[in-house]
Amino acid sequence: MTPQAAPNELPLRSLLLAAWAVFMKDLRSELRSRYAINAILLFAVSTAVAVSLGVGFIGLRREGDWINIQSSLLWIALLFAALNGLARSFVQEEETRTGLALRLAAPSHAIYLGKLCFNLALLAILDLVTCLFFMMFIRLQIANPSLFIALLVMGSVALACTTTILAAIIAKASLKSALFAVLSFPLLVPLLVIAIQGTALAIEGATWSEGFSYLQSLIGFAVAMFVASLLLFRFVWES
Amino acid sequence: MNKELQPEHVRLTLKEVGAAYSSRIVIAQLSLSLESGDILVVSGANGSGKSTLLRLLCGLQRLHSGEILYEYNGVSYTPNQASHLIGWVSPDLALYRELTALENLRFFAQVRGLRVQDSQLSALLADVGLGGRDHDYVSSYSTGMQQRLRYAYALLHQPAVLLLDEPTVTLDERGSDTVARIIERQRARGIVVIATNDPRELAWGDYVLTLGAA
Repeated sequence: MTPQAAPNELPLRSLLLAAWAVFMKDLRSELRSRYAINAILLFAVSTAVAVSLGVGFIGLRREGDWINIQSSLLWIALLFAALNGLARSFVQEEETRTGLALRLAAPSHAIYLGKLCFNLALLAILDLVTCLFFMMFIRLQIANPSLFIALLVMGSVALACTTTILAAIIAKASLKSALFAVLSFPLLVPLLVIAIQGTALAIEGATWSEGFSYLQSLIGFAVAMFVASLLLFRFVWES
Repeated sequence: MNKELQPEHVRLTLKEVGAAYSSRIVIAQLSLSLESGDILVVSGANGSGKSTLLRLLCGLQRLHSGEILYEYNGVSYTPNQASHLIGWVSPDLALYRELTALENLRFFAQVRGLRVQDSQLSALLADVGLGGRDHDYVSSYSTGMQQRLRYAYALLHQPAVLLLDEPTVTLDERGSDTVARIIERQRARGIVVIATNDPRELAWGDYVLTLGAA
């Protein structure tokens, strides 16, 4: 057999097929180990229940402050559950020493895209479960569901893009948790502020035109993080 | 060793290669050239840089100084660009324990852009002595079987250069014979570099490079 092209020079179709293979491998591994899914679901459920027990008595109110609190709590729950689960994607490759085999065989862009897709799939499940539990336990009532869903989806895409590249960086570091916190803060705070404010508007019943600027900002953030990650990932992965 | 390369032939050139961990230099100004059919054995005391040299050759570690180049079909590649030419077997290499052997090979074939049938992958597993264990999880494999699986991983894309770090570690006598057969077969396909201190493996090389003690 003639050796194939160098991994980082594969044609786009082969690159996408390789990314799909990485995604399916991670999915298969996760379905067998259930590490990340158990971690994020446990976190989502326990947060919703804890918040319900702690501040549930004001759940029936519709004042602006409570809507902001609901929105904040929702995104905090999503953020910490996501950080808890999504970082595993790369850390596990390093801990189990499979990263070397992967690095030698797969194009770096395919690895990033495959891991990103897997993290997006995890976040989609997390979004669904967290929102359901917030509706049940904290009586989250959404006045503009379509805007809410759009903001949730774009916020999650931005969150996945950010945590995926952060996970790749920290997987190579020795002080993983400390570095994750330091790197996450400046990247995630702007994203969270936009997502919380936009989501609060959607819960309150703002129109699409009122919430569109937040959606635009989240799309811009997601695109910027995606492009920057694609450019940076190879250097991070091969360092 | 500077003759014109035939198509499908490979040449590996190291020019004044150096490697270091922090301020400790483990390899200094190493130059050599290998071509298809050559088998090089690298020996030396613990910490002398045998494994480091192999990691440099497959691009897993950065050069401190010098240059490593692969030439294949008239094209030059640095180690980072040459992973399609390289098969690497090392105790540091781990495959996915939660997948079966066949799933591992299928995955690595897919990410390499190879079009292979499961029957070909099963034949490869049989070739390294894992016939009939295709559907077993790697987590259920013994250390010797995991070493055999590393060979299947390394040979999957029929590389022009095979880099073997401690090639028969954890293998039984039959496993060692399998490795000897793989190395002889690789001689017809390209280059083999072996890092070892095992007396039997030292005899496999056309050349022996002894690295300095730590």
